[in-house]
Amino acid sequence: MKMARVAYSGAIHKAFPDEYGVRLDDGRIVSETDVVWLTPFDVQTIIALGLNYADHVKELSKELTITEKDEPLVFLKGSNSVIGHRGHTRRPRGVAFMHYECELAVIIGPPAKNVNAANAMNHVAGYTVCNDYAIRDYLENYYRPNLRVKSRDGGTVLGPWFVDATDVADPHELVLRTRVNGKITQEGSTSNMVNRIPELIEYLSSFMTLGPGDVILTGTPEGVVNVNEGDEIITEIDGIGSLSNTIVGDGTFGIDDA
Amino acid sequence: MSVDFSVPPYAYSGRVYGSILNHQASIDALGDEMFDVPYKNPPSAPILYVKPRNTLARSGSVMAVPSTHDVLQINGCLGLVIGETASRVTRTSAISHLAGYTAVIDVSVPHHNFYRPSVRFKALDGSCVVGELRQRDEISDPNKLLIKVAIDRDIQQEVSLGACVRDVEQLLVDVTEFMTLQPGDILLTGLSVGAPEVKRDQIASISIGGIGDVSVGFDSERVNA
Repeated sequence: MKMARVAYSGAIHKAFPDEYGVRLDDGRIVSETDVVWLTPFDVQTIIALGLNYADHVKELSKELTITEKDEPLVFLKGSNSVIGHRGHTRRPRGVAFMHYECELAVIIGPPAKNVNAANAMNHVAGYTVCNDYAIRDYLENYYRPNLRVKSRDGGTVLGPWFVDATDVADPHELVLRTRVNGKITQEGSTSNMVNRIPELIEYLSSFMTLGPGDVILTGTPEGVVNVNEGDEIITEIDGIGSLSNTIVGDGTFGIDDA
Repeated sequence: MSVDFSVPPYAYSGRVYGSILNHQASIDALGDEMFDVPYKNPPSAPILYVKPRNTLARSGSVMAVPSTHDVLQINGCLGLVIGETASRVTRTSAISHLAGYTAVIDVSVPHHNFYRPSVRFKALDGSCVVGELRQRDEISDPNKLLIKVAIDRDIQQEVSLGACVRDVEQLLVDVTEFMTLQPGDILLTGLSVGAPEVKRDQIASISIGGIGDVSVGFDSERVNA
């Protein structure tokens, strides 16, 4: 089952796909542009993977000092960064390289501690799509990628749907794709993950207890390009969802010219 | 697993952000290394980390030390507790966004390389021990506070907030430039070099004058059969 959370007509509702838009939990069928899309689940700890696709590692190889044989490159993001489908993300004036990252987001269900890879999938509640923005201008070589790059307000777009784990036959055979203003700029397959979902859960749960609503952003394939104010970025994963985000400028947030 | 931190009139949100290299002594300890690979340059913006919800614990709790580690590092921190949504605050208004302060022990696996985010060293269950809230107006100048760190009641480190690279106001300015902090969020003012280490069966405590005390014990991890 696919389920979203939306605000409509003064209240928050569960919503479901419908051929004429979305169907609310009270029976109303409304256009998907008439609702405000919230994140499809209550987001708790946000765990992100860097360099988890072999092709993306190659893409960034000039600036890398690690190899894919090292332990998973994990970082955490703040909840300030979370927004839903059709949200707006600010590109600060003057930056040169802000890019999207289309990622399969794995949502944890039952708590997981010291879980073996063989049992790990029992702890997955479902999936959604993430657009995990980065602004490379702000990269510094301390706790890299540092939070100023990856945990900015609006930098973690999640949605539109929570897709039950039981509805996804093989999460490692999904096609990911990003379109910027309609043009495909990124395409890959979750089959190219360096560390797969069961291994990630085993690794993470070896030192921290994962709980319901924690989310693992499993990394992005090659094909990240700079985006600019006004661009519409659609990150999509076949069978999971198609997630839209629009880049806005400082003016939208009342930030004056420097 | 959830920890109830209801401290009227504010409840902690469970979101805790820490900062490294905000004490001059920590900068000095890295010294020329900062100009070498992998760092290449000293940090310019605040370098932050997240203490996720599985790390949250109350003062007086006992942390289970994983069998993979023999010693853990005790970082005594001042926690700035947000009271009003803080987005791109100015120096003059920064303090007014706080509900108050709390003492926080950040337990970490000792590490001397700061290139990668080191979640494995920072996110152990029960490794963020949070104390009671002290109201903002009870503290005249948070930048003059002194943190005393003790192991088994023997004081092993004293850290003055006056030695911070960014004082409380500037840290709030520079962090909220890119991260909006919400009521109940906690921002730690930073770790200093020379944090003492603990082993199993020891007790770590910190005391911040005017703010309060926090303690945590250490035991072996019990592996479920």
